[in-house]
Amino acid sequence: MNAALTASIEGQRLDLVATGAWTAERAAELERLVDEIAGRYAEARAIDIDLGRLERIDTFGAWLIERLSRAFAAHGSTTRIVGLSDADRGLMEEVRLTNRAAVTANAAVNPFAALLDGVGRAMAEIGQSLVLLAHLLGALTKVTLGTLAHPARLRVTSMMHHLERVGWRAVPIVALSTFLIGAIIAQQGIFHFRTFGAEVYVVDMVGILVLREVGVLIVCVMVAGRSGSAYTAELGSMKMREEIDALRTMGFDPVEVLVLPRIVALIVAVPLLTFLGAMAALYGAELVCTLYGGMEPEIFLSRLREAISAQTFAVGMIKAPFMALIIGLVACVEGFEVEGSAASLGQRTTASVVKSIFLVIVLDGFLAMFFAAIGM
Amino acid sequence: MRANATAISVRDLTVGFDGTTVLDRASLDVFEGEILGFVGGSGAGKSVMMRTIIGLLPKRSGTVEVFGTDLAALDEEALRAVERRWGVLFQQGALFSSLTAQQNVEFPIRENLNLSPRLIAEIALAKLEMVGLDASVRGKYPSELSGGMVKRVALARALALDPDIVFLDEPTSGLDPIGAAEFDALIRTLQRTLGLSVFMVTHDLDSLHTVCDRIAVLAQGRIIAAGSIETMLASEHPWLKSYFRGERGRRVRH
Repeated sequence: MNAALTASIEGQRLDLVATGAWTAERAAELERLVDEIAGRYAEARAIDIDLGRLERIDTFGAWLIERLSRAFAAHGSTTRIVGLSDADRGLMEEVRLTNRAAVTANAAVNPFAALLDGVGRAMAEIGQSLVLLAHLLGALTKVTLGTLAHPARLRVTSMMHHLERVGWRAVPIVALSTFLIGAIIAQQGIFHFRTFGAEVYVVDMVGILVLREVGVLIVCVMVAGRSGSAYTAELGSMKMREEIDALRTMGFDPVEVLVLPRIVALIVAVPLLTFLGAMAALYGAELVCTLYGGMEPEIFLSRLREAISAQTFAVGMIKAPFMALIIGLVACVEGFEVEGSAASLGQRTTASVVKSIFLVIVLDGFLAMFFAAIGM
Repeated sequence: MRANATAISVRDLTVGFDGTTVLDRASLDVFEGEILGFVGGSGAGKSVMMRTIIGLLPKRSGTVEVFGTDLAALDEEALRAVERRWGVLFQQGALFSSLTAQQNVEFPIRENLNLSPRLIAEIALAKLEMVGLDASVRGKYPSELSGGMVKRVALARALALDPDIVFLDEPTSGLDPIGAAEFDALIRTLQRTLGLSVFMVTHDLDSLHTVCDRIAVLAQGRIIAAGSIETMLASEHPWLKSYFRGERGRRVRH
């Protein structure tokens, strides 16, 4: 049976009879019906709503009846509800109390002001995150000095666990991607250098590029994506579940227990991965030079020996631990910034990866200027 | 006030994981319009039973009938129609953390019914007010709400579609005694005004005494007793004796 509301009007007296099931399933048609009646009989002054013939009514139906009587009341009419069964009276009374608070509409915002507001907030947030980085760096320095004074306090088990995860388990993917990068650089070099017969200088280019810049950058991008994000998510969910507060109340310093082993593991792992990555890239380049460029392996090696020095290799390796520190700091800061919601965890993990890759590139730029200044 | 029609009828339900059997041919009835308190020791499988009834866990054997239809025999669409007739309040509230309180309550309405945004918002607010929250919580995220408020918003969400049955998993755990008493009273009021059948997993002896019409006890994978609180108090079963007439049980009665 369909839900319906039939009206009969005599002068200013309106009689409404509700029939059928006034339930959630029919709420859409009932809403139209109720709005239509409220609009059509706006001039009625005394309204009786008979609910005695209802089959069933739930909160949706009860609210629509209430909305109708409020619409009439807004014109100064009086509404009576009759024929209500005892079982439904409680529901009607309950619904009558709801939706009374005035809805405060959001004040209209000037879009230009909103734009400025957004920019300002973003800048303040960047400043804030730099301050937090400095805080954590300070706390980490303090804890490191304390640990140097009492080496037994270093959590070796935890450090080894993280070293395995961020170092050893990263070996295959790091080796594979740097191998491919080396091969691609060599192929591109040969293809273009061939036009003016300078193929042999491809070895110089690959050697210097891989050892100084690309090796360490690729490794850092992989580590930030693989391990930085994992650090942020771990610390963030620990924070959400109050585990970090629990550590604090037991007298432990979360920086010493959680941050130090993670960052030490990164500082050990990233240089090792960088070395491995550089070797894999050179191997990839050598394969391409031999198979694609038709260069004898002996020539590749002797050319490489002339092109690079221990210094070239050192520049790349010196950068690695600093990059590791940046990735670790950013990951831990973002982890501690996670708030209660799942969305916040996701946002912070994304921010951790984006910020650490960005800062790694910025740091790489500064170090390039530094090495140029000291003539390396 | 008890109608004798059964809302939920569970027969010989067996549930287990890997090698262990949690429920072993458990049978239970929930009558329409009653509040059934479901008790048992920690780890006895109360939540497992509730989750099996609502279809979150697979069963090994047995039948679960809701309003006389066997859930196993239903196709996807019919099952969804039945699912719309029940609401579930999870132990931790399980509010969606990326939605505000009001959006949490609106969510099932918006997804299941094709209503105007205005009506959806009005119904959601009405539900929030019916569970005793005022309009100021509507824009707050779950992380900004207290434990008691989270439970109330979760109850409002469970009631969003005007269900016939509500499952409550330890609704008063984590609430202070005043908050717990208010929540009990709220469940009682809502049960009367909306004509609900309530399946309430609980450890709260006060709730069992004040709001439950009937109590079912789960132990060793079976329902070992079901009946009024007086029946439980009179029973000579050792587990029931220590549960209802132990140190804490006595304190509640006096």
